[in-house]
Amino acid sequence: MNSQIAKTLINKKAALDNTAAQVQLNPWQHLRHYTDARIALGRAGNSLPTQAHLAFQLDHAKARDAVHLPLDYELLGKQLRQFGLPVITLASCVDNRATYLQRPDLGRTLCTKSIEQLQGFSQLQRHIYDLVIVISEGLSSLAITENIEKMLTELLPSLNQMELSIAPICIVQQGRVAVADDVGVHIQARMTVILIGERPGLSSPDSLGIYFTYHPETGCADSKRNCLSNIRPRGMSYQQAVERLTYLIKEADQRGYSGVTLKDETEVSDRSAVGKNFLLPLLRKEYSAE
Amino acid sequence: MTQYTALAGHTRFQFKNLATLMAKASPLRSGDILAGLAADSAQERVAAQLALADVPLKNFLNETLIPYEQDEVTRLIIDSHNTLAFAPISHLTVGDFRNWLLRYETTSEELQKVAAGITPEMAAAVSKIMRIQDLIMVASKCQVVTKFRNTIGLNKTLSTRLQPNHPTDDPAGVAATLIDGLLYGNGDAVIGINPATDNLQAVTELMKMLDDVIHHYQIPTQSCVLTHVTTHIEAINRGAPVDLVFQSIAGTEKANNGFGVSLSILDEAYDAALSLKRGTVGNNVMYFETGQGSALSANANFGIDQQTCEARAYAVARRYNPLLVNTVVGFIGPEYLYNGKQIIRAGLEDHFCGKLLGLPMGCDICYTNHAEADQDDMDMLLTQLATAGVNFIMGIPGSDDIMLNYQTTSFHDALYARQLLGLKPAPEFDFWLQEQGIVDQFGQLLVTDHLPDPFAQAVNDQIKVAS
Repeated sequence: MNSQIAKTLINKKAALDNTAAQVQLNPWQHLRHYTDARIALGRAGNSLPTQAHLAFQLDHAKARDAVHLPLDYELLGKQLRQFGLPVITLASCVDNRATYLQRPDLGRTLCTKSIEQLQGFSQLQRHIYDLVIVISEGLSSLAITENIEKMLTELLPSLNQMELSIAPICIVQQGRVAVADDVGVHIQARMTVILIGERPGLSSPDSLGIYFTYHPETGCADSKRNCLSNIRPRGMSYQQAVERLTYLIKEADQRGYSGVTLKDETEVSDRSAVGKNFLLPLLRKEYSAE
Repeated sequence: MTQYTALAGHTRFQFKNLATLMAKASPLRSGDILAGLAADSAQERVAAQLALADVPLKNFLNETLIPYEQDEVTRLIIDSHNTLAFAPISHLTVGDFRNWLLRYETTSEELQKVAAGITPEMAAAVSKIMRIQDLIMVASKCQVVTKFRNTIGLNKTLSTRLQPNHPTDDPAGVAATLIDGLLYGNGDAVIGINPATDNLQAVTELMKMLDDVIHHYQIPTQSCVLTHVTTHIEAINRGAPVDLVFQSIAGTEKANNGFGVSLSILDEAYDAALSLKRGTVGNNVMYFETGQGSALSANANFGIDQQTCEARAYAVARRYNPLLVNTVVGFIGPEYLYNGKQIIRAGLEDHFCGKLLGLPMGCDICYTNHAEADQDDMDMLLTQLATAGVNFIMGIPGSDDIMLNYQTTSFHDALYARQLLGLKPAPEFDFWLQEQGIVDQFGQLLVTDHLPDPFAQAVNDQIKVAS
């Protein structure tokens, strides 16, 4: 064995031994099989062991960066170009991140300049679109960077098959969900779909949300929207999201409304239990009989 | 309507009514700015506090913030006001009320006697002119003890809600977190699950599961599935084993309507829960959650600042002799409480106001990832609330709620506070923990490489399943 590698291994083993001497591990670590919750972390005294503590800090740091790192609009533009649709870049009434976080009302409104831009565009086009796709970083720029390309790769061909007239893709800087209403009104689209970064979870900093609204109006009630949530590699798949969204678009177009009264009947029960409550003897017997 | 004025430096500030005065006197927070109610300058804020300090407590009975005719919470506050209990403080202004609260002579017993004479608005007003040390000092003098299968809120105790949430309510996932919590000495306030769905059958299954576990291991604690109060009533009618009935509540009739509740619905639920008589040492059967900003987010704050709205929710809670009242302080997000400083202050205000009104206050010491807060901020609030004598906090594995996507206090955090301040769990639960070999008489954890007998088989059986 290479002596350098041997040395490293010896050092690692010594480090593990040291940790073992300081940390009381928990003999129920195998229960992690049943949940993503941070169980059986062990303890140093009553407190978190260093590894568990720093692992948490790293996850929180990822979530914080997802909220605060600005979206790279240049990169986003490049990513969108391949799809061959024109792109318009707009902005909400928010001019910095602190305001964005404290004033959701401003994030829901398109700024005057952007409204004029869209009005100018639609006067030239003189066309009422079926659908406009809006993209905003929302609460997680990471959700857009990580998911947008794969999401559109799945979504656009499906929309094309439906023979809908699609408006230019609109990027809205620092937007909230309802900003899509302003976009829909001024670009003159019958339906809006906004792809937006969701509030990052500790284990899901990259979660993308989709909100669909039929006949958008400024000040539209949230109950008139349908929402798909947790779209990311370890959450809802792009394919599943597209299936659900295209279903919603078809149904809404036929019925003339979207929102809570339009149930997503493609939704399958997600209650596929991994296991039963093993804490009770009766159920344990049942379990072993299976 | 009275005009209020105060001189700050060379400027005379005017406030058109009591609601405005209270809003402008509130320490800075994003939700009041969002509502357009906050003071325009630091000086205006202190001027409002100066004017508020001069307001006689009696004025709060005469100048209601929402008219009596328009709001059932106002009617509840006025109609349930106890004049006799109010007598010892009826001559005081808000400023002198603060002094009175801090005096040596104002003991725990004195505070209990006047509680029914204090309205939420009086509590909110005095909290606005108090520093954090005042909020801690006075709250620490208020003792509120409640009972169901154990005794919560005794001096030198700190209880926890074990919160075994799972994104799909998977029974094995819930069980894994449940046992983790119990083996870390948590769960004496309640074992309370936020269900993934409000579906009656799914909720009933969870209720049965928790009830079975509590009975099998003979744990002196109570269970709760945090579903809507009407679902609880339905579950009780169908014979489900309901210990505590849960509901989120707010400080105005309209905001409560937004939650789908009213006093009459809550009355019905309270009667249903009492009729089951499932408590063994007492019959406090309700569990309420509140939080600053809920009225504003329901567009139902009527020009009242969010902290005063929150205190009004405690009038609703007080009607039902709850076992637990939990202010979920940082869950609502940065548009209401922007950063650690605002969350910490709000948590201490809520705890103080609730305790002063005679409620068994706990706190979900928490934050979301888009708030300007982190674990250090939570440690500060936890330490301060524990010194203030908070009745209970949350306990979840590693501070990470994988179902609600926010961070709250961990099982470890509760043990830290207990160790630091010499606090114990509820006595019945503490006895059980010792009996199981989970902790020793000093509260130190005993579990090392071997599980206590009652749990060993259940947990070890899972090794072959997991591998």
